[in-house]
Amino acid sequence: MTAQTLYDKIWAMHEVRRDDDGTRLLYIDRHLVHEVTSPQAFEGLKIANRQIWRKKSILAVPDHNVPTIGLEKGITDPVSRLQVETLNQNCDEHQLVEFKMGDIRQGIVHIIGPEQGATLPGMTVVCGDSHTTTHGAFAALAFGIGTSEVEHVLATQCLILNKSKNMRVTVDGAVAEGITAKDIVLRIIGEIGTAGGTGHTIEFVGEAISNLSMEGRMTLCNMTIEAGARAGLVDCDQTTIDYLKGRPFAPTGENWDKAVAYWQTLHSDADAIFDREVHIDAASIEPQVTWGTSPEMVISINENVPDPASETDRIKSGGMQNALDYMGLAANTPCKEVFLDKIFIGSCTNSRIEDLRAAAAVVKGRKVADTIKLAMVVPGSGLVKQQAETEGLDSIFIEAGFEWREPGCSMCLAMNDDRLEPGERCASTSNRNFEGRQGKGGRSHLVSPAMAAAAAIYGHFVDVRLLDRNN
Amino acid sequence: MEKFKKFSGIVAAIDRPNVDTDAIIPKQYLKSIKRTGFGVNLFDDWRYLDPGAPGESNAERRINPDFVLNKTPYDHAQILLGRENFACGSSREHAVWALMEFGFKVVIAPSFADIFYNNSFKNGLLPIVLSPTLVDQLFAELEQQQDYRLDVDLENQLVTNAVGFEMPFEIEDFRKYCLLNGFDDIELTMQHADHIKAFEAQYYKKFPWL
Repeated sequence: MTAQTLYDKIWAMHEVRRDDDGTRLLYIDRHLVHEVTSPQAFEGLKIANRQIWRKKSILAVPDHNVPTIGLEKGITDPVSRLQVETLNQNCDEHQLVEFKMGDIRQGIVHIIGPEQGATLPGMTVVCGDSHTTTHGAFAALAFGIGTSEVEHVLATQCLILNKSKNMRVTVDGAVAEGITAKDIVLRIIGEIGTAGGTGHTIEFVGEAISNLSMEGRMTLCNMTIEAGARAGLVDCDQTTIDYLKGRPFAPTGENWDKAVAYWQTLHSDADAIFDREVHIDAASIEPQVTWGTSPEMVISINENVPDPASETDRIKSGGMQNALDYMGLAANTPCKEVFLDKIFIGSCTNSRIEDLRAAAAVVKGRKVADTIKLAMVVPGSGLVKQQAETEGLDSIFIEAGFEWREPGCSMCLAMNDDRLEPGERCASTSNRNFEGRQGKGGRSHLVSPAMAAAAAIYGHFVDVRLLDRNN
Repeated sequence: MEKFKKFSGIVAAIDRPNVDTDAIIPKQYLKSIKRTGFGVNLFDDWRYLDPGAPGESNAERRINPDFVLNKTPYDHAQILLGRENFACGSSREHAVWALMEFGFKVVIAPSFADIFYNNSFKNGLLPIVLSPTLVDQLFAELEQQQDYRLDVDLENQLVTNAVGFEMPFEIEDFRKYCLLNGFDDIELTMQHADHIKAFEAQYYKKFPWL
């Protein structure tokens, strides 16, 4: 048998049929559902009088529209409220598992899946959300789908797909002290570009990757979509298995042993061939900050904002100039001289307990700069929030001048009331710095939680490695 | 889904790489629980000078006179010409719904983001990948001629300009078959229901914890 990549193995286990024209039907194990991309799918099902194929595969949660403040009032925006109520109705009608608002398990869909053990190694995981790539951290084949495909999975438990190519990104060696998964993934995107992974599933390997916690691996895989890849994967090791043990949806007893035995086979064969290989030297990675309107527009903290005049490709140079104009930045500005208005620590990229600990370690005993209009922390789930409060992290943030909010997607995409006003500049731990993403005219700089926390204290970007950290 | 037929349409161009789905249809409009109503908010941040909100009329909003889709004849364009990595970002199918409701039937670019590319076919929008050189050529021709048109022939996989220059494009057989016939994917997959059940029987025996 020819050597297989991890992607090849998971794919093979799920291929239901293959037609002569190369079209394949892939079986889906876990279907995560949220309020934004599912209503039209449920409606389509109803119109066609179709049943849900496997209700057990579904875990639903409202996250994009939920307010992060004043929950006792419910959702005041009637349009948002209707969308969440529609999800509730659909889940009630079909008797699907849903963590409704007010349930401590409610949170961002990509936080709660792993937290519950609903994402397991070797699974295929889909959700009507591009950041479904997050779950690849568990050696699960996980990717975002559109609403028509949500309906397709609801009705058939399968998707019609073409297989992607295999790409491997090796991060050689260990990262320096103070460098996080966010810095690693931003650096990778800077290197290969936002379309660098198009048509591929990327497997991340190397010492720097193996050293990451599951939280770090989720941050890494979460942003694989920002490199254009269909999915990201990290193989299953002891870190994965230890994380999963005892979680509510994880197997127990004899099934646990059987599962672990299988999961331990979930890695690429030593001689597997990848269509594309990229190597990154871990030691060269510094804290990363995006300067533009695409995640590939990224520099390290000790660099200057680039100059479009130095780019020879006309289209790229034009794109850089557009980005500088939108961001209100001059070419060659030192990164450390970029001043912020707001700070957002949250999102499916960076709102797990480890992220909050890292930010709190920077913030402890310090105050948010007077020039910062708003600094907010939005935990990824009710359980993350509870854990953080048990550890006293909430007090650290509040004493420093941060707002401590309720879980949800919040200002990552500003579908609720949390947003940037035109011209406001934000250090954000989220995943997209697109024009208008965090609010029309808003300017987003993507960074790690520790870098966002440091920027909150100083009012501008600083190299977090130079600060004393209280951890 | 409507059958995709051969047509000739006005081409509008957006000359920037990495046009993302947040630009195509901003997040506030995703609050709708319907599949329709997105066309008026296509490229909302670029198209209007005032902010907009879902469910509110756009009649009072000042339009951006410089934005291509606000100019004649591009306000009834059916073909959109874009650059690399078109429609990257979020999985929102609303981006496809908005483009189609505006009147677009085809998007031509050197590359597309995967999820958007998939979503397009599910709705009858045809994304066509042409080489960067050909796309450059189309941009240049469009600059010369205001009511620039292209013919799109899916059956023969050809894009043809006014002087008869033919640009062949690739498309997977299954996708082409579905578009030409207006077939619904789910219906096709349901024909394999027994196959899926047989798969499940052996699958859950092997992985009893799932």
